[in-house]
Amino acid sequence: MALRIETDHSRFREIVRGRIRKDLRRFMSRGELLGRQGRNIVSIPLPQIDVPHFTFAPQQSTGVGQGPGEPGTALGPPAPGDGPGAAGDQPAEHPLEVEVTLGELAEILGEELELPRIKPKGDKAIRAPRDRYTGISRTGPESLRHFKRSYRAALKRQIASGVYDPNSPRVVPLREDRRYRTWKPVEIPETSAVILYMMDVSGSMGDEQKEIVRIEAFWIDAWLRAHYKGIERRFIVHDAEAHEVDEEAFYRTRESGGTVISSAYRMAHSLIRRSFPPESWNIYLFHFSDGDNWSQGDTEECVEILRRDLLPSANLFGYGQVESPYGTGQFFGDLQDAFASDERVALSAVAGRDAILDSIRTLLGKGR
Amino acid sequence: MTPRPSDYTGWQREIEAHARSYGLDFFDTLFEVVDHDRMNQVAAYGGYPTRYPHWRFGMEYEHLSKSYTWGLHRIYEMVINNDPTYAYLLESNGPVDQKLVIAHVFGHGDFFKNNLWFARTNRKMMDQMANHSTRIRRFIERVGIERVESFLDACLSIEDQIDPFAPFAETEGPRRNLGAEEPPPSVRRMKSKDYMESFVNPPEFLEAQRKRLEEQARRARRFPESPVRDLLKFLYDHAPLDAWERETLAIVREEAYYFAPQRQTKIMNEGWATYWHSRIMTERALRDDEVIDYADHHSGTVSTSGGRLNPYKIGVELFRDIEDRWNRGRFGPEWNRCEGRAERESWDRHLGLGREKIFEVRRLYNDVTFIDTFLTEDFCRRHHLFTFAWDGRRETWAIQSRAFEDVKRALLFQLTNFGRPYIAVTDGNWQNRGELYLSHRHEGVDLRADWARETLRSIQMIWRRPVALETVVEGKPRIVAFDGSEFSERDAKSEAREPA
Repeated sequence: MALRIETDHSRFREIVRGRIRKDLRRFMSRGELLGRQGRNIVSIPLPQIDVPHFTFAPQQSTGVGQGPGEPGTALGPPAPGDGPGAAGDQPAEHPLEVEVTLGELAEILGEELELPRIKPKGDKAIRAPRDRYTGISRTGPESLRHFKRSYRAALKRQIASGVYDPNSPRVVPLREDRRYRTWKPVEIPETSAVILYMMDVSGSMGDEQKEIVRIEAFWIDAWLRAHYKGIERRFIVHDAEAHEVDEEAFYRTRESGGTVISSAYRMAHSLIRRSFPPESWNIYLFHFSDGDNWSQGDTEECVEILRRDLLPSANLFGYGQVESPYGTGQFFGDLQDAFASDERVALSAVAGRDAILDSIRTLLGKGR
Repeated sequence: MTPRPSDYTGWQREIEAHARSYGLDFFDTLFEVVDHDRMNQVAAYGGYPTRYPHWRFGMEYEHLSKSYTWGLHRIYEMVINNDPTYAYLLESNGPVDQKLVIAHVFGHGDFFKNNLWFARTNRKMMDQMANHSTRIRRFIERVGIERVESFLDACLSIEDQIDPFAPFAETEGPRRNLGAEEPPPSVRRMKSKDYMESFVNPPEFLEAQRKRLEEQARRARRFPESPVRDLLKFLYDHAPLDAWERETLAIVREEAYYFAPQRQTKIMNEGWATYWHSRIMTERALRDDEVIDYADHHSGTVSTSGGRLNPYKIGVELFRDIEDRWNRGRFGPEWNRCEGRAERESWDRHLGLGREKIFEVRRLYNDVTFIDTFLTEDFCRRHHLFTFAWDGRRETWAIQSRAFEDVKRALLFQLTNFGRPYIAVTDGNWQNRGELYLSHRHEGVDLRADWARETLRSIQMIWRRPVALETVVEGKPRIVAFDGSEFSERDAKSEAREPA
């Protein structure tokens, strides 16, 4: 009986994800709760599907409330779909700030963007699911009977029914008192991954562009962390030449030189060769730039390095082109010409903050 | 310390005795102590763990558990209108909470058993819900979940299109035979000689008679004869459904009728239960060291937030107000005529009728009549009630008025017909093509257009023939129609259709 809700719940989740009953998706609205992850405020979606019915146009209706205020006093910001309900609706639930774990965030992200689960490469990457004895149930094979729990249940029953006598504490389990261990198959990801972030820090990348990169990287981290146990991250900045830096410097470095992208790719390649043999690492490369390379010749070299050195060892190469007032965005087109049909390459142009989610969907949507 | 089962038995016995001593009258009550997850599950199913499978219960569960996990909202108890009455208590309630909640449960139990609007509800609903579930599951096995679920969704879309008074109506007699066998009546003429004919049977008169008969016949042919509010029943009776669909529709309808009184009496029901838990606790069951915990919980129950109306609060305050007024004789024409402020304030006839009155009220009223009869201007002012509306210019909800008449009108509007538009089937054979014609009785507020269309789509799915809805959009009568593939909309005036 207890499991019934799980069936209904997973069915609802499937509808929300758009896998089944696609016709219902148009009735979906998104409430939200506000959560906090470190310094970032994130919202936890509370998807809702309303079966349509005959109702009044909310903006023409009047509601009744209680409290201080003169006629004309505003009643706080409008909540979507929050018309005056029937009298006796629940008091409005104010979104509170709550902590969520990165894992939950990733799950939310995955659901929101309908991201496919990543399939780590290599057969050895996933260990066979193992059974873990985690639960207790009322039925099961005798060999799994949980002695202590059974006796505890018996004791509870005897106390509840008044049969228990503390002076002669005999506890006799009946059929209904028996408890059994139950198991769940657990998949233990044994794989590890490295994310290489590369960013163009030439003069044309402004603060806004870097902020966009930071947000994208945050979500990429969250998503990949949900799939791999150990995640290493490396940061490379480049202008005319490339440097490996730590995370903080990555977002703060500001150079004014020109842009030679191949320098970064070359450095990434040597880093991989040195520290992350592709046989044992899932390698993710992300490069953010405004798409202005020094010369067409260098671009050709980039394509060459990618094709020859980086792509064969990487799970995914993601290129995010952040629009800036100075960049021409030429590089995006060049990559597209070269790798349009390559599964290992994800290209995304980010017009501004509003486009971040779409961009993440493009970058991570390959399920690799 | 975690309470033991024997503690619960003790509390239940103690509080039940108190409740009965006040005159509360309820069915045997079975308490079940559950953890929060189980509580959320049960609540998601509307209190019935045995309900049929449907995604919306899963959605409800997700909402409840998310807001529980993040500490936004918690359900302390849940009471089921059934004989015996089932009540679920949250395991993590402290001992004082638990006693309060038990007292609250008896309040609900008394209301369920005695309020007239519940008189026709099935008191063995626990079993009935399980039966429904079994049947729906069988349909799913037979025709597949997609079809059953889609059909259920369509039914749920109109589950509030019921007639809340229907359970109390006399059962319909056998339907009149619609004159298929009998020849249509013809105009009777008086016997007369030829030369007298035009005087004894004047042609104008005969013509008028003929018209009248025609009109009568047309009336008898009208289908339904008078507008039907119970759309679910109309579809059940007349839509061309498969057996499983018909039965599914019946299940949705039965459950809608079962839950209808709870929607009709929410303010009263919560008010009544709150009134009694507070009396039982403060006068009888509370020990000195429990006062703080009690006050804490109680104030949480009746708090108002964000300017919204809390049904617990408004209900309990109205019951207290009624008790006070009838104790002091502040009712009747004499009181109404009294204008003097000082006189009104010191008015006390020492009648002591309060207790008797509130028991009468809990028996006979529902939210609409309750508010209509007992919401007074004094009360309205004392509790700072106001109406609010959408301020299009500032894009916000804003307080609109504090005038008593406005507040009362708005409240009643929200409560009447569950706060839903009044829509009835006026023609089941529109244009003589088997199309379904619905009429919306416009009461100043338009329908939400996009949803109205989607609802029409659901109805069309059940009715299978085109459906149309007559309504008013921005002051103009309009007809919205759906023929199974596309919507159309036109002015209702161009329609040569006699008023129903």
